[in-house]
Amino acid sequence: MAAEEAVHGAHSEHSQGDAWSGGKVPFKASYGKLMMWYFLLSDAFTFAAFLIAYGALRFSMPTWPLPDVVFSTFPGGIHHAPLIFVTVMTFILIVSSVTMVRAVQEGHRENQKGVVFWMLLTVVGGLTFLGCQAWEWNTLINGEYMSVTRNTFGSHAEGGVYLDDEHGHAYKTGTEGEKFEAGDTYLLHAYHADGGHGDGHGDDHGDDHGAAHSDDKAHAHKPHTIEDRPGKEGAVEFISRRFTTESGASSHQTFGPYQFGALFFCITGFHGFHVFSGVAFLLIILLNVASGIYAERKNGYEMVEKIGLYWHFVDLVWVFVFLVFYLL
Amino acid sequence: MANIDITKEGLTTDHGHGDHGHGHDDHHDDHHGDKYQSSFITRYFFSLDHKTIAKQFLFTGMFWAVIGAAMSLIFRYQLGYPEADMAWLKPLLGKWIIVNNGMGSLDPQFYYALVTMHGTILVFFVLTAGLSGTFSNLLIPLQVGGRAMASPLMNMMSYWFFFLAGAIMFFSIFISTGPFSGGWVAYPPLSALPQASSGSGVGMTLWTVSLVFFVVSVLLGGVNYITTVLNMRTKGMSMWRMPLTIWAFFVTAIIGLLSFPVLVSALLLMMFDRGLGTSFYLSEIFIGGQALDHVGGSPILFQHLFWFLGHPEVYIIILPAMGIVSEVLSVHARKPIFGYKAMVFSILAIAVLSFVVWAHHMFMSGINPFIANIFVIFTLIIAVPSAVKVFNWIATLYGGNIRFTSAMMFAIGFVSLFISGGLTGIFLGNSAIDIQLHDTYFVVAHFHIVMGVAAFFGMFAGIYHWFPKMFGRFMNETLGKIHFWGTMVGAYAVFWPMHYLGMAGVPRRYYRFDTFSFSSNPGFDTMNEFITIAAVVVFALQILFIINFTYSALKGKIVTSLNPWGATTLEWTTPTMIPGHGNWPGAIPTVERWAYDYGKDGKDFITQITPLEEGEQDGGGH
Repeated sequence: MAAEEAVHGAHSEHSQGDAWSGGKVPFKASYGKLMMWYFLLSDAFTFAAFLIAYGALRFSMPTWPLPDVVFSTFPGGIHHAPLIFVTVMTFILIVSSVTMVRAVQEGHRENQKGVVFWMLLTVVGGLTFLGCQAWEWNTLINGEYMSVTRNTFGSHAEGGVYLDDEHGHAYKTGTEGEKFEAGDTYLLHAYHADGGHGDGHGDDHGDDHGAAHSDDKAHAHKPHTIEDRPGKEGAVEFISRRFTTESGASSHQTFGPYQFGALFFCITGFHGFHVFSGVAFLLIILLNVASGIYAERKNGYEMVEKIGLYWHFVDLVWVFVFLVFYLL
Repeated sequence: MANIDITKEGLTTDHGHGDHGHGHDDHHDDHHGDKYQSSFITRYFFSLDHKTIAKQFLFTGMFWAVIGAAMSLIFRYQLGYPEADMAWLKPLLGKWIIVNNGMGSLDPQFYYALVTMHGTILVFFVLTAGLSGTFSNLLIPLQVGGRAMASPLMNMMSYWFFFLAGAIMFFSIFISTGPFSGGWVAYPPLSALPQASSGSGVGMTLWTVSLVFFVVSVLLGGVNYITTVLNMRTKGMSMWRMPLTIWAFFVTAIIGLLSFPVLVSALLLMMFDRGLGTSFYLSEIFIGGQALDHVGGSPILFQHLFWFLGHPEVYIIILPAMGIVSEVLSVHARKPIFGYKAMVFSILAIAVLSFVVWAHHMFMSGINPFIANIFVIFTLIIAVPSAVKVFNWIATLYGGNIRFTSAMMFAIGFVSLFISGGLTGIFLGNSAIDIQLHDTYFVVAHFHIVMGVAAFFGMFAGIYHWFPKMFGRFMNETLGKIHFWGTMVGAYAVFWPMHYLGMAGVPRRYYRFDTFSFSSNPGFDTMNEFITIAAVVVFALQILFIINFTYSALKGKIVTSLNPWGATTLEWTTPTMIPGHGNWPGAIPTVERWAYDYGKDGKDFITQITPLEEGEQDGGGH
């Protein structure tokens, strides 16, 4: 039994200098960095599952709203700027990845001030992105009345022509109604009991708006409305325009595939949560950098590198989220 | 901080600076401010030591095993004796026993809750956390020659998240509406509609929260196991010299890391459906004549997401058992494991295939028959690496100098069960035969034998084998053998008859069979009764095991030799039977050869730290 109890020292003949032979770290990555990689791998599966759920639900629906129509508002009352705002958001997030790269680089150079500066910029980028997301959500929820259970952006399965104008009044005889094509997204305008229209939409219809509005008051007849789903903000009613399709069927706009809003808020929310946690961790590590504790460590600013990996991952995920919600 | 081991220099460089707030000295011999030994609380509760955490996983797993098994006895009693008076269970089950005209009967609602809890507890808490949590923690640092886990803090958190998950699930059993009762697979709409049944309300909420915490635990543990195996191997411990236990735990952790996150996504969407009224999984639905608001969701989507975890999960359960069995068979047959490389490649093949077979659980859900065919093919291909393993185990036994210890007997029992259960898997993996067998007792028999009882046998083999390492004492062999024979015969007695019930079409998850005609098969009533009796006997034997375990841990025969089984692997080279903090007080041993040199050159065994002789060839992959 003596043989196996004896502890052998450094017998190194067998070692062929191969990184996998034991006593070495095969990927030249510390255990902490490896753990971050594996965590990101698993998180990639979380997002993949969400996006696959998105795909499965979307392609089981006959229609889906057009992103160009849904995401066309821009701060300052601009309503016809398709995807401009989200482009700005995405640009900010990507730039924050660049500043992160710089922070890591300064870490390798052991330049404490540089790390603090570039990490600070990254935090600002992250917070700006979150602010943009908050504005976008607010616009969709309070401006367009979209929620996880309500999608005001339905879309047409077939081309055709409207019988009612934007405000739910029948076109005057002889007037040609607005035309639409298959796949076009419509918007269910909110209508308040006091006679006013939803705040977000009135202004973008230019000239005919004022006239129609006075019409509204003049005519006692109620616009075509569909009831809101019971129990939810009962005060809001929606104007549902009638239309006829090319095949001759008469119908009216209804709430679109409910999954659109639900998936949008769920997935962008989950991504936003990742950005938020990222900002929180960035701040903690930023404080540590500023206090100088990494300067004394043997592995230096490795923590900056690790949070950098996470930050790039969050960016990468956004590219996919952006792709499925805003481009496809 | 100055006296760093020379042999571990390479590892200390990247390990020394704890990123998680724990100090630098996890593996130093001097105990400056040692967090391992400082107080009772940090030593026994919030311990950072992998060996203590392993025991915590083991004890918690055993606790849950008793709870889960006791639940099965109650619903087995209902199935075996549907007409019996259950009023005597009222003190235990309270309002779930409905007393009518002096006759007590089990509330059907609670029957479903019991079945659901039994499945959840056994699959997740016992056979995932209790099995791979225990042995990965105990063996990974010891067998790869590490002083500790890569991150002891995350390791500790892994246990306490598991504990939290368990506490929430335990709590849910006692709420007035009862625990979740829609089956462990939690299919919508029973899971997604809080008003669908009494267990679908708060019970399901707690179930969901518990499982999310459980996934956090699995992920924390998983990244730790993977990085420890990759980065913390001692000098000379190349991947091809690792014992098969380590290969199994390593691959198990990878599978868990990639599949459990999908469950989180699925459950998050589920929470939206439950709490916010979305329709991810809910389509047009009527409850009590009332149409609900939900439109256009897909319950099949949940099944896909669930089984993307659910199927790899059965390999998360069985692979650690396979690793333990390979090790125990080789040690106690005094022969090198047959086909070491083939064993490793079959583990890897099983891991890859486990991700592409999930829809074989959904043949009857209305999926496209063409898709079903593809999944049939992948499913049947899994039989190949599984058979490779079985043949290798048998070849390892062949001509071996077998020592029939309790550990060995459970390992052999595992092989028997894995063959029996694996063969019925070939039937079920076939989408045409599945039309008849789906959701019958045939399925129950299949998975209980192949991944339930078999995984338990792997766990028992591991406990009997490494008990000396954990407690410095042997378990009682006589009781161990009674435990083995009783469980072996008993488990077959419980599950073998179920195949016949299933082939006749008896559906699973039914509370009683008033409307299901047994008249043409009058034997079925007695068969159910027989199964119940066998289940009670098997349960009693597990109590015997727990008595043996407790008694042996406190008063068992003390191990006098440092390597009682004559094994080659590193965990038996520590200078004390129960390794202290840091595992090896001196230098970490260097590994010189593969893990299975038994009966080589006329020697009974050669440990991994014995240098190769001049001109000697290393075994295994070298």
